[in-house]
Amino acid sequence: MVSRRLFTQTAAGAAAGMILTACGPKRLYEAPKDQLRARIAEMERKYTEQYGKEIDVSAAGPMPGVHFAYALDISRCIGCRRCVYACVAENNQSRDPQIHWIRVFEMEKEKGVDFSHADPYYNPAEVPEEGHFYIPVGCQQCENPPCTKVCPTGATWAEKDGIVVIDYDWCIGCRYCMAACPYGARHFNWTQPSVPENEINPNTHYLGNRPRPKGVVEKCTFCIQRTRNGRYPACVEVCPVGARKFGNVLDAASEIRYIIEHKRVLVLKEELNTVPRFFYFYAT
Amino acid sequence: MRRPAFRLVLALSALALWASDGTQRSAAPTNSSERPEVPPPPFSEGIFPCSNCHAGMPVDRHRRELTAMHTDIVLKHDETHRWCLDCHDADNRDVLHLADGEKVPFDESYRLCGQCHGEKYRDWRAGVHGRRTGDWNGAKTYLLCVNCHNPHQPRFRALAPKPAPQPPTRTMK
Repeated sequence: MVSRRLFTQTAAGAAAGMILTACGPKRLYEAPKDQLRARIAEMERKYTEQYGKEIDVSAAGPMPGVHFAYALDISRCIGCRRCVYACVAENNQSRDPQIHWIRVFEMEKEKGVDFSHADPYYNPAEVPEEGHFYIPVGCQQCENPPCTKVCPTGATWAEKDGIVVIDYDWCIGCRYCMAACPYGARHFNWTQPSVPENEINPNTHYLGNRPRPKGVVEKCTFCIQRTRNGRYPACVEVCPVGARKFGNVLDAASEIRYIIEHKRVLVLKEELNTVPRFFYFYAT
Repeated sequence: MRRPAFRLVLALSALALWASDGTQRSAAPTNSSERPEVPPPPFSEGIFPCSNCHAGMPVDRHRRELTAMHTDIVLKHDETHRWCLDCHDADNRDVLHLADGEKVPFDESYRLCGQCHGEKYRDWRAGVHGRRTGDWNGAKTYLLCVNCHNPHQPRFRALAPKPAPQPPTRTMK
């Protein structure tokens, strides 16, 4: 017969053991290499089956000596929204319900940078509209990110190269991070996201544009699947006026450093001390 | 035995470090001797080389309105002060020329533009003005000024915007 004390001790021991060995999926960098590889292989198999074409999931880590930063020229942007849709296509955002990682605000030149009078729904025949300017806003990739601090499961964090990422397998959909973000940069999948099979981008990253399940939060990752391969983000390459600039701030010869050192640069909501890695500037 | 050689290496590397430190910052963006990778100029269909038509024609250097040919070109680029032959070369029709008479091919037209738009030229060389594609840490493709700006009417044309985002709805689907 098992005494009550023995049962309690055994049960407590088993529970502690469960917690210590962390049953269930391990976090990206805690999982042993072979376990991670197996998980990614399983993921690729599942996505490939789901979308009827080969989907590649990368887990490329940050490059040493690289700190990403972004700069957007407010004096050039004409508000054409090419970046918004290039981002949707590149990062497999849900088409219906619609998720846009970039939101372009139209502002009046007379009022200056003023989000309380900004309009994201402008829709004239041609842009730019007389007397207006445009500010696209996405994730500001803060060095002091409020969103990661409130996450109860540690599902979101800032990487060594400065990209704030989300592990969709750890996100429980509580949306605390969305409440914490002062830029409205995080978006929630209220339903199963829908991406047409023929439009899915098969080059994905574990912490970026891989297909998301219902009930998780997602955001801009500086196109982690491209930039960790040396390429520019999709929005940089599509911008018809060349307003979007990207690079490594630790590289003294990079265009991003040239901008920070030579141009008038500002960040959004500087007073919140979020220390964005996303700069706005006036080239003229 | 090896000590003097070692010292020499040390001194040389220190010298190299010192030299590279001084030149590092200015090297990439403003070095005007380097030729950036650019796409071909956007000529109208069948118009180049210009000498195909111009070869046997007499040269008229008088400023005038063109009526026989090139009537589709409307100059809105400081047109009160300039006309065709201020940029196009009359002696060799297949090139342009700078203010000092130096001939430049069409795929180096940025040098011509840079004579007046020096600030933009500097920004363009640094990768700040204009669109750049390729690798942030490797090979990049520049665009010529004329790939975005029509040299005869350089003002950037307006574009139709992509659809506005859907406003949130009250009812759940």
